[in-house]
Order: sequence, then C-alpha cells, then structure tokens
Amino acid sequence: MSLANVLRFTALALLIAFLLFPQSFAPVFAPLTQYGAPPIYDQGNLLSLALSQLGTVCVAAAASTLVACGLGILVTRPSGAEFLPLSRTLVNIGQTFPPVAVLAVAVPLVGFGEKPTLIALFAYGLLPIFENTVTGLRTCPPEVLEAADGMGMSSLQRLWSVELPLATPLILEGIRLSLVINVGTATLGSTVAAKGLGEVIIAGLLSNNNAFILQGGLVTGLMAILLYDALVALERRVSRSTPD
Amino acid sequence: MIRVEGLTKRYGVAAVVDDVSLDIERNSITVIVGTSGSGKSTLLRMINRLVEPSSGRVLIDGADTRDEPAYLLRRRIGYVIQGYGLFPHRTVAENVATVPRLLRWDERRIRERVQQLLTVFELDPQAYADAFPHQLSGGQQQRVGVARALAAEPTVLLMDEPFGALDPIIRTKAQDDLLDIQRRFGTTIVLVTHDMDEAFRLGARVAVMSGGRLLQYDRPATLLTRPADPLVTRMTGRADRAIKLLSLTTAGEVALPGGSDGPAVAASASLREVLSQLLWCGADSVRVVGEDGGTRGHLTVAVILAHGRG
Repeated sequence: MSLANVLRFTALALLIAFLLFPQSFAPVFAPLTQYGAPPIYDQGNLLSLALSQLGTVCVAAAASTLVACGLGILVTRPSGAEFLPLSRTLVNIGQTFPPVAVLAVAVPLVGFGEKPTLIALFAYGLLPIFENTVTGLRTCPPEVLEAADGMGMSSLQRLWSVELPLATPLILEGIRLSLVINVGTATLGSTVAAKGLGEVIIAGLLSNNNAFILQGGLVTGLMAILLYDALVALERRVSRSTPD
Repeated sequence: MIRVEGLTKRYGVAAVVDDVSLDIERNSITVIVGTSGSGKSTLLRMINRLVEPSSGRVLIDGADTRDEPAYLLRRRIGYVIQGYGLFPHRTVAENVATVPRLLRWDERRIRERVQQLLTVFELDPQAYADAFPHQLSGGQQQRVGVARALAAEPTVLLMDEPFGALDPIIRTKAQDDLLDIQRRFGTTIVLVTHDMDEAFRLGARVAVMSGGRLLQYDRPATLLTRPADPLVTRMTGRADRAIKLLSLTTAGEVALPGGSDGPAVAASASLREVLSQLLWCGADSVRVVGEDGGTRGHLTVAVILAHGRG
C-alpha cells in the first residue's frame, strides 16, 4: 500500500471513528478546555450535523452544476455566444458577493434554515463549474469536431457524444473545486440556523471552548480533503481513456 | 455522378470559390489540386455542405444535396480530413462504428463491418479494435480515419489532404492502399491536395484551382500536354513535365509485341520507372512481364522517349 493510500485510509478511519464514537476522543480534546467544560460537543449529534452539512453542500453543488453546465453549453453554441459576457458577469457576481452577505440578503426573503444557505452556496459554486465547462467545450480539438460534423452527427449528437465526453474531465474538476470550497463555506450556514458543523464552531466561540472550535474545523477540513481526493480519483478514471 | 453547378462561396465581398462547375465521374478518383487559399477545401466542403454555398448547387446522382437535412446527407458521404479527427475518447472499433451507429444498424452488422474494415486496412481486430487512437501510429490513425469514413458503405468519399501528415514512405503506401480500396469498393472519391505529384498519381481526372477559380479540369496527361492556363503549366512544373508524362503510363499499356533479352520489368511499372531502370543498367530494351511472370512484350528506349514527347 502506498503512503498516499495509508494517509487516505487513516484520515477516513479517523473521521468515521470520531463521528461515530466522539466520546472516546474526549481525552485528546480535554487539554483544550478550561474550567471543566465538556471536551466533546454535547448539544447535538456530530454525525448528523456532518451529514446534513454534506447534504446541503451536495444539493447546492448539484444545482450549481446543472445551471453552470447548462449556461456553459448555451454560451458555447453559435446561437448562444452573445450570452457569454452576461453569463460570465452573473457567475462572477455569485463568486465575488460574499456568502455571508448572500445569507443576510436571503434570510428576509426565504426565512432562516437551510434555504438561505443553499442559495449562498449555489451562487458561490457557479463560477468554477461554469468557467471549466466553457473551457472544456471550447478546447475540443477542431478536427475532432469537424469529423463529428462530417460523419453526420446532429448538433445535439455532437454535443452529447463528443463535446461533453471530451470536456468531462474539466467539468469534473470544476465541480470538485466548487464542492471543496463549499464544504468549508457551508459552516457559515449555522449563523442562519442551518444544521451543520458551523454550529459546533459557533458554540465553541460563544463559550470560549477551543475544543469545540477545533472539532468543527477538523471534521469540516477532513471532509473537504477526503472529498477532494475521491473526486480526483474519479476524474482520473474518467479521463484515463483520453490522452492528457 | 456528382455535378457541381456554378458553385460560389463568398465571405463578405471576397469569393473563396468563384463559379466553379465540374462533373465528377462515378467510380473513379478525382483530385482537386491547388495552392493554399485556392478554395479547394471550401469546394470539397460544399459537396457535403459543411460549408453552405452562396450560390450554385451540387447534384449527386441527379438529386440536389439541399433536398435533405445536411446531417443526413453527410451520413451517406464518407469524409476524411488531414488530422483524421478520430474521437480520442472512443476505441478504434467505436470510431469505425460511428456512422453505422448513427444509421442505427443492428449491433451484429456493425460488429461484422468493423471486423471486415479493420482487416482490409491491415489493423488486426484482435490487437487494435479496443485500442484508443492515441495508442496508434500516424499511419494507423490515418487508416482508421479512412475505415471510419467507409464504414457505412458510402458511394462517395471526400478526402481533404488525407496524407498530409504522413512521412513520405508511409504516404506512398497509403496512396497505393487508396487506389486498391477504390478498385475494391468502387467508391467515387474526391480528394483535395496541394501536392501535384499526388494528384497525378491518384487522379483519373484532376481539377486545378487558383484564387477560387477552376483553371482546368482534365486527365493528368492533358494537363501536361495542353495546359489551359500559364498557371497550370507553372503548377505542374515545366522542367520535368516529360518525366511526369512518362509516370502516367504503365509499361503494360504500351508494350510492343515480342520479347527482349534486356532486364525484366513489371507491367504495372510506369514508363518513368522503366526508363530509370534502362539508364541504370545501360540497356536498350526491357522485357515486360505480367504478374504471373509471363512475358507481355518489350519496350525500347526510343519507344519510351516517344511517349515523353508532348
């Protein structure tokens, strides 16, 4: 087993063990607490918080992927080319507008809970997927596209069976970036009462309990790293058949 | 037969192809030759409507190519381009099966056709069917490109500089293969090249283009002996035109009856090769032998020289 795999499985095992049996890690975190505060977060189930954060991120990423890929496909068609600047501006706004500000704007509109978080993550995750989709579709080798046309593929067939498969590695990379960024960003959702690990961090900040802060941060970080790793492996599998 | 009538393509005011008309014979190879920017590729691409003409029309066996959607038309016409454009994410077999799949052939028929074509193109199906294009050499990729274009048994095959990326030795072999393929399947082939030697070697008829206009459309020998335009003379080459002329005739076609005690040459050899052989051996005559090894006649230096006269 390679070193990378050892690290990979250790990280995964640690994460699962911690989420399933958090109390058994109490001695590790105890030195970080003061005045006999609990060393392990005790106001909710860590596993369910982690899962619901992951769930929120995945739902947001699915929505971002759908919209960003759709837009990316649209603006690379001859008929949609004029929408490229507009689309680019929109997804850029999604990225530059801070998620916290999105939350602040969204709460009065849709109320507290998961919804404002989903909106913020959705907007934040559009840019990498959109840009990678556009780049992937635009960098298909021209002779391959000409051959597809010359063979008699309709434009839809060409898109589906040539352009998208060739762009897939780049699109997946965009989705990966978006997912990983959002795993971390999703902790902000707890400020508007979305279930997630942000709750643990906030509880730590409020009660001056460094153990809580560290737990929330570590679990989030490990999830992001493992997700990144898994998606890289998936990308490799997908692009194995295509050169570079 | 493919009839091209008054075909014109304008981009803005500039005509890339300017009122070109020609009849392309069925079951033969027609070569469109010209320098870059002569409009030869555009002309070819108007036949399968990858480029839509500004005016004029193309008739294939009497039917206007605009009578059906362009993508349906293209499924009936084979198309090979210089970079081959093989689909990098698909195996060789899947690449070859592209058009039959689009035409919804049943899987068994597709499999048999792919096997047959790979065998014809000297690509062992066992070894290559499941290979990806980037695992093949340039020559192999080129053959897969032609096999893919021929997969759905098109009656017309368009080729745009199909041998441009091959090194000279493989190119000669690929040209021979194409001549074989043409004889074997009887396909009507239209081939674009900038290489006059290639045009003479392959073309039953050659269309010479320059600046979007068709300068001359004739048999290769006629282009040499009766050029219609000074540009044609320049492109075919004035200095070695006698030698070129000799290369258009085979020994078998002009052999005189009777044998000779000179060296033996194959009936399929061109007069140019025979002359070279004579010069090399210092002989006056050669014995022309058929594929079976039997004497088909003889040729003398004088006879060969007479054929090199315009």
